[in-house]
Amino acid sequence: MFKSMLTASEDQRADIAILVDGKTIRARAGESLATALLNAGVVPLRHTPVSGSPRAPFCLMGVCFDCLVEVDGRQNVQSCMVQVHAGMQVRLPDGARHVGDPA
Amino acid sequence: MISTDIDTLVIGGGVVGMSIAYGLSKAGERVLVLDEGDDAFRAARGNFGLVWVQGKGEERPDYARWSMASVLRWSSFAQELTAANGIDLELQQIGGLQFFLDEDELRAYVRKLENLRAAVGDYPFEVLDPVALKQLSPHIGPEVVGAVYGPRDGHVSPLRLLRSLVQRFHTLGGILRNGVRCEQIDHRADRFHVQAGGQEYVAGKLVLAAGLGNRTLGPMVGLHAPVAPNRGQVLVTERMQPFLRHPSGHVRQTGEGVVQIGDSKEDVGFDDRTSIDQLAHIAHRARKYFPLLDGANVVRTWGALRVMTPDGFPIYEESRQCPGAFLVTCHSGITLAAMHAGPLADWIRGAAEPAAISTFKAERFHVQVHADGQ
Repeated sequence: MFKSMLTASEDQRADIAILVDGKTIRARAGESLATALLNAGVVPLRHTPVSGSPRAPFCLMGVCFDCLVEVDGRQNVQSCMVQVHAGMQVRLPDGARHVGDPA
Repeated sequence: MISTDIDTLVIGGGVVGMSIAYGLSKAGERVLVLDEGDDAFRAARGNFGLVWVQGKGEERPDYARWSMASVLRWSSFAQELTAANGIDLELQQIGGLQFFLDEDELRAYVRKLENLRAAVGDYPFEVLDPVALKQLSPHIGPEVVGAVYGPRDGHVSPLRLLRSLVQRFHTLGGILRNGVRCEQIDHRADRFHVQAGGQEYVAGKLVLAAGLGNRTLGPMVGLHAPVAPNRGQVLVTERMQPFLRHPSGHVRQTGEGVVQIGDSKEDVGFDDRTSIDQLAHIAHRARKYFPLLDGANVVRTWGALRVMTPDGFPIYEESRQCPGAFLVTCHSGITLAAMHAGPLADWIRGAAEPAAISTFKAERFHVQVHADGQ
């Protein structure tokens, strides 16, 4: 659905791998996680907790909170506001924030 | 244009005004509500949503009785609205918890409730130690030394309540005018003439339910409402999986999973902004109650102004100077909505005044002048 405006040979950034729900996805070092997910066709990222409607990155500038995913164990991170790094562990949300078991 | 085919004019379209307007129109009255614009201080849009009785009214048992009667009436009030328009109010009356981080504060609170029980009679509550509390609220934090469980406490979505009241009022033929400010009220020939937004509205009865606005409106019809703002700040989190069944005075989880966290009590005048120090204090306390909130994202914060009389209790009064004009003010418009739509509306329609509210008159704030020693 989405394609980088740069061809692979034009893009000078290092090619790295991140994990999304256990599957490897290629990304470019320094790009935002949201664009990496869009590039890889990971759409939608989640469904809203109440109505269940699908959500994908929208504003790409930290405002709309539609692009929430889990990043390296932190839930509901705005994927447009973090840069990818090699080995980043991403999980797509399933419903509302998990609360875990009582201590 | 002059509107004359109205029985009762209600000034104020918040939860207090709409509860009364709903009760009156349900009884067959033709009611018109005048509501200010969204630049008004709207307590009904900013409040916490508790339907609460524990701890209220130690200095004035009538208030405890009135609140208790409303809490007991709430489920049928909610069912009646939901049956009519299908709006789920998210009412939960499965008991509320008051948490304590300090043993002395808990003991003092329990003494207060014992006094209330002695005054009111039917006044159930249970003191929970940390072990019992953890059974009822498994995610409670280790710093909480105990809690008081009030089986009749609960919570509701205040915004859904307001929407439901407005919708039901419309269906019953009521008229709601938004964005109009009431400028002048005259009483002549047993009719109230209200100037608002360039129009005149006329009715035989008038209910002032304008929150902080009652302070200036009351004297136009011989009533007195020495109300002042008291700010509360609130935080809400993103939606979380359900972990908190029982609401408390400071933390509750809504039907859709949002955790609502309050609140402050600040004497800052007509300023409904938020402040970082208060929000931080509120968040810090909530995190002690429920450590799992530590990583949660806060998505909104706001401030709202409580409508407070000098002693915190309501005023329910009919004007002696202008019979047919009523003033209603309280700071628990949600808890008391069931009474406002029922017995209070009946009183405004001409029934006997409910015994519990006969002492809630503004004259209690007048300076007492004693002959001796003068």
